[in-house]
Amino acid sequence: MFGHLIKRFIQMIFVLWIVSVLVFVMMSFTGDPTFMMVPLDATDEQIEQARRILGLDQSHLVQYWRFLTNLLQGDFGRSFVFRQPALQLIMERLPATLEIVFLAMIMALVVAIPLGVYAGAYPQRAGSRALMAGSLIGISLPGFWLGMVLIFIFAVKLQMFPSSGRGPTEMIWGMRLSFLSWEGFRHLILPAVTLSVGTLAILMSIIRAEMMEVLRQDYIKFARAKGAANRFVLFKHGLKNALIPLITVFGLMLGDLIAFATLTETIFAWPGIGKLLVDSIYRGDRPVIVVYLMFVAFLFVVVNFLVDVAYALIDPRIKVS
Amino acid sequence: MTAQTDAPLLRVRGLKTWFHTFGGVVKAVDGVSFDLSPGKILGIVGESGGGKSMVGFSIMGLVDRPGRIEAGEIIFDGRDLARLDDDAMQAVRGRQIAMIFQDPMTALNPLYTIGNQLEEMLTLHTDLGPQARRARCIEMLAEVGIPQPEARLGAYPHQFSGGMRQRVVIAIAMIAEPRLLIADEPTTALDVTIQAQLLRLMKAQVEQRRTALILITHDLAAVSQMADRIVVLYCGRVVEIGASAALIASPRHPYTRGLLDSIPASHQGRSRLPQIPGTVPDIRKLPPGCSFAPRCPRAAERCRAEVPELTAAAGGSAFACHFPLEASA
Repeated sequence: MFGHLIKRFIQMIFVLWIVSVLVFVMMSFTGDPTFMMVPLDATDEQIEQARRILGLDQSHLVQYWRFLTNLLQGDFGRSFVFRQPALQLIMERLPATLEIVFLAMIMALVVAIPLGVYAGAYPQRAGSRALMAGSLIGISLPGFWLGMVLIFIFAVKLQMFPSSGRGPTEMIWGMRLSFLSWEGFRHLILPAVTLSVGTLAILMSIIRAEMMEVLRQDYIKFARAKGAANRFVLFKHGLKNALIPLITVFGLMLGDLIAFATLTETIFAWPGIGKLLVDSIYRGDRPVIVVYLMFVAFLFVVVNFLVDVAYALIDPRIKVS
Repeated sequence: MTAQTDAPLLRVRGLKTWFHTFGGVVKAVDGVSFDLSPGKILGIVGESGGGKSMVGFSIMGLVDRPGRIEAGEIIFDGRDLARLDDDAMQAVRGRQIAMIFQDPMTALNPLYTIGNQLEEMLTLHTDLGPQARRARCIEMLAEVGIPQPEARLGAYPHQFSGGMRQRVVIAIAMIAEPRLLIADEPTTALDVTIQAQLLRLMKAQVEQRRTALILITHDLAAVSQMADRIVVLYCGRVVEIGASAALIASPRHPYTRGLLDSIPASHQGRSRLPQIPGTVPDIRKLPPGCSFAPRCPRAAERCRAEVPELTAAAGGSAFACHFPLEASA
């Protein structure tokens, strides 16, 4: 197990290095940031000087080396716009994103698991067919459209929830969080629902398919032969086996949610890292984009590492081999 | 049927379990009747696809859709199980009637320790506290011959061999002390050397508690050593039923004869093993007369036209054949 973890850790480092190369290449070939830095009426000398200060006069290899060593020292550069370290900008806005991502994930799981188990256990019933049709719609609905419809219904017409913004926050362990107060939580609901619908629909279909597969197994019939109640058989013997493939998807989903959060945050003017990314792309704020990309890659790798650990925890057959 | 010394625990009468598929009605069990008294062993024999397992699942109330019990009675301890709803059946399963499955590799849930799966039976069917449950599990594992039972409680199914897993399955089936045990091909998936051990173990368990046992198998040799009575099934119908010694010594139905002849005997030398020609027909398209007629050496015109009725013979036996073999002795 320990050797396995070491191996995975080395893989993680390797993946992050590849990402750093890709990010660097992408950044180097998408325009010259010099013109972002200098005034419009700058002379050629001034432009040259700016290029020298930014290190852009050197070869790509040297530039990459400086980029990499800076990354390793935790120096991700300063935002051109905010004149602040880019990493700090990301970290300030991260709690806002994590809040809606986690709430969306929890909502998706809480709803998808029982519905998926039901649809998998009784695929012939009308209820299950309706759920699958709903799931198809949920997967196909574009998040930005859904977000606007929700705003129209619940914020404009019914006035139940605020239409945008984050509302009041409270500081906990240096993070600004909304879900602790009712007013803040109300601001969270619409963005989180928007974000969770697609994930919920996919999770439900996967759980249904896995349950249908698992319920064919002998140990399910044996559990019934033991005289266990149907619900007990489904949740104790069925669901746990169905969850194994789900964990893999769960890791990818979390990444998806963070990526889709970009859209949702833009619609709801939610001050998270997704909105920061979109704003930074408009402003050509290169260091912030770099940090965002590296950070999301890092998050993906860590989540997948945790998924691996979770496998071993849930499936005894992996621990031993 | 003739009077038996004990009142039967289980009376199956005219059981029909049919599957309504797109390809037609599959009559997996088509009019099966037998009795079983406490402490007795009944063997159900036949080739694959003969509906043997479905008899077991029908008694358990575990027939999967599109199958259903179409007609007949399963009187267990005075109640007709065929008419019980699922909640009532749930109280019978495990507690009154337990089942052992064919493949021990897949019958245990891979994600729970065997201790957990064994204890589940006690949690479901007894009022024992955690300490008492644990003690009972250890005792039961020792009884089925698992070494170091206390240490093995925490082991997962994949850490056991096939034979050991089947011992665990037997322990799970027996721990709530059911009154009827249904063993569906319990040794088919195992090594020959293990088979005899496990059959002996099952016989000992059953005798100790006066549990009735239905042993479903295609292995007539194994069943003849274990069972008091034998039912021979072919295409969902009983073709012969009788006390096992008499049935083995002098089968009346040509199918039983064929099954007996296909058992390799060590004294036979290197001669070619006799076999029943042909295969079990598609159960959806059975021939009009006797279903065995196409493979039967004795079949005549009448066999292809008229289904033979089950006719009673001496010693509480019965057979369904127009041209039965002579009763020897």
